[in-house]
Amino acid sequence: MAKNQELQDLVYQVRRDILRMVHKVNSGHPGGSLGCTEFLVALYNEVMDLKEGFDMDGIGEDLFFLSNGHISPVFYSVLARRGYFPIEELNTFRLINSRLQGHPTTHEGLPGVRVASGSLGQGMSVAIGAALAKKLNGDDHLVFSLHGDGELQEGQNWEAIMYAAGNKVDNLIATVDRNGQQIDGPTEKVLPLGDVAEKFKVFGWDVMEIENGNDLDQVVAGLKEAKSRTGKGKPVCIVMITEMGNGVDFMMHTHAWHGKAPSDEQLATALAQNPETLGDY
Amino acid sequence: MTKYTDQGKQDTRSGYGAGMTELGRTNPNVVSLCADLVGSLKIETFIEENPERFFQVGIAEANMMGIAAGLTIGGKIPFASSFANFATGRVYDQIRQSIAYSDKNVKICASHAGLTLGEDGATHQILEDIGLMKMLPGMTVINPCDFNQTKAATIAIAEHHGPVYLRFGRPKVANFTPVDQKFEIGKALMLNEGTDVTIIATGHLVWEALIAAERLENQGISAEVINIHTIKPLDEKSILNSVKKTGCVVTAEEHNYLGGLGESVSGVLAMHHPAPQELVATKDTFGESGTPEQLMEKYGLNNKAIEEAVLRVLKRK
Repeated sequence: MAKNQELQDLVYQVRRDILRMVHKVNSGHPGGSLGCTEFLVALYNEVMDLKEGFDMDGIGEDLFFLSNGHISPVFYSVLARRGYFPIEELNTFRLINSRLQGHPTTHEGLPGVRVASGSLGQGMSVAIGAALAKKLNGDDHLVFSLHGDGELQEGQNWEAIMYAAGNKVDNLIATVDRNGQQIDGPTEKVLPLGDVAEKFKVFGWDVMEIENGNDLDQVVAGLKEAKSRTGKGKPVCIVMITEMGNGVDFMMHTHAWHGKAPSDEQLATALAQNPETLGDY
Repeated sequence: MTKYTDQGKQDTRSGYGAGMTELGRTNPNVVSLCADLVGSLKIETFIEENPERFFQVGIAEANMMGIAAGLTIGGKIPFASSFANFATGRVYDQIRQSIAYSDKNVKICASHAGLTLGEDGATHQILEDIGLMKMLPGMTVINPCDFNQTKAATIAIAEHHGPVYLRFGRPKVANFTPVDQKFEIGKALMLNEGTDVTIIATGHLVWEALIAAERLENQGISAEVINIHTIKPLDEKSILNSVKKTGCVVTAEEHNYLGGLGESVSGVLAMHHPAPQELVATKDTFGESGTPEQLMEKYGLNNKAIEEAVLRVLKRK
């Protein structure tokens, strides 16, 4: 078990990676990435049962699917720092001939990625399929997935939500990043999502909330609680409230940094708020 | 001319069902998915014998494609089935991102393709699916011609690693290929050797091409008939060898001329051996209600249409 301070150090370092990756190519999605940093750091370093190395089938280990693929910077940083590929490769984010495509893909064979995502709303279905394969294989490991809240506007999610409950896919933990923002503004203005937890409940899921998805302790405790609820006949949903752009004061409380890179000056300000802990790539 | 005998009319979708039954007994990794069309896809026996390996997803094709992609992670070989319209056009982006771009070993199995679906009309008669699927990088596209070949193709694609689109239909049609014929993906089948014209047909139009060839023979025209069951990858060598010999070609398919087999053949000829070609295909139109025979007649997709196309193309040699 990693100590809390080690996880916190990793959070700072991953935030730096995200900011530097996006700044270098002047493109990418820092806002949602920063909002989900604690979640992905906790998941990959404290919660999931993972094998050494990577193979596509992932039999005998927990799996994770990122449905909101645009937060690839945080995904890549966490994967690299967990040892899936060299940390220096973060330098190639969004560059030509890179394995670190703008949105995650299996096409270039990047270890840690099991399906392409970016076109929204598809990840829950894939996670369900992987969870069903685990049941067929007698593999009692779990499948985790992450979804943007705005992404729930895609209808395919509701097909998947209905299926998972109706077919008792109880080895699946789907987390919704409830940051309340999407490209055109607050979710409740663009297309109101209403009570997300209640919606999952009436579809038949076991639903829990993480009130502050940017509090590492709460995230770790919440994910462990979710694990304890699996295997009981219902898929588990975590509605996790986060702050987009968390950890960088001028990126918070706005949707402006959904898909925008910081300038040189802004990068310096942002990095000053997040100390280098484990060494920049 | 080589003689072919109809062993008794059957629907190609039943060939799919028979193939699934066999796969259920021989390959434990094969799993089946369906979107509320079990009876239409003829997979009842597979389900009865392997209930744990069947996933009923309801009327939710997008979710079905995603679940199929996920099932490959863990080594399963999913056969996701529906009507051709709902298995392609309706879920194009799911197939594109979660299956094709993600290199997933999913078999998309589509019945009721083309006009011969009949009375349900154009909402269900997709004539664009070959084009949609062949444009996806890495996608294999197969359109077998009869019951035996559809069964053989179903079994063969389980051994092929990668996404496949397998297209078949609803009506009972002649079953004339050998019951034990091995199905080789990407390998054209020479059905009749000839010297004056090459007829390249796929799916339900293969039998029609044989009938046309027989009538042409009676008029002193020697037609070579090739069964192209695999539209992608296309057996370019067999096509070129034949057209180099005959000097002209007629393609025949139950699909729009835009995006179909004919267009693929035109591309090969334009690059390597330009030759006159006539396309028996729908002319950028939707279908309508009617019996399969009426529709194939009205839209020019039967043996008569092939014969007329041959006579036209011969004048252009």
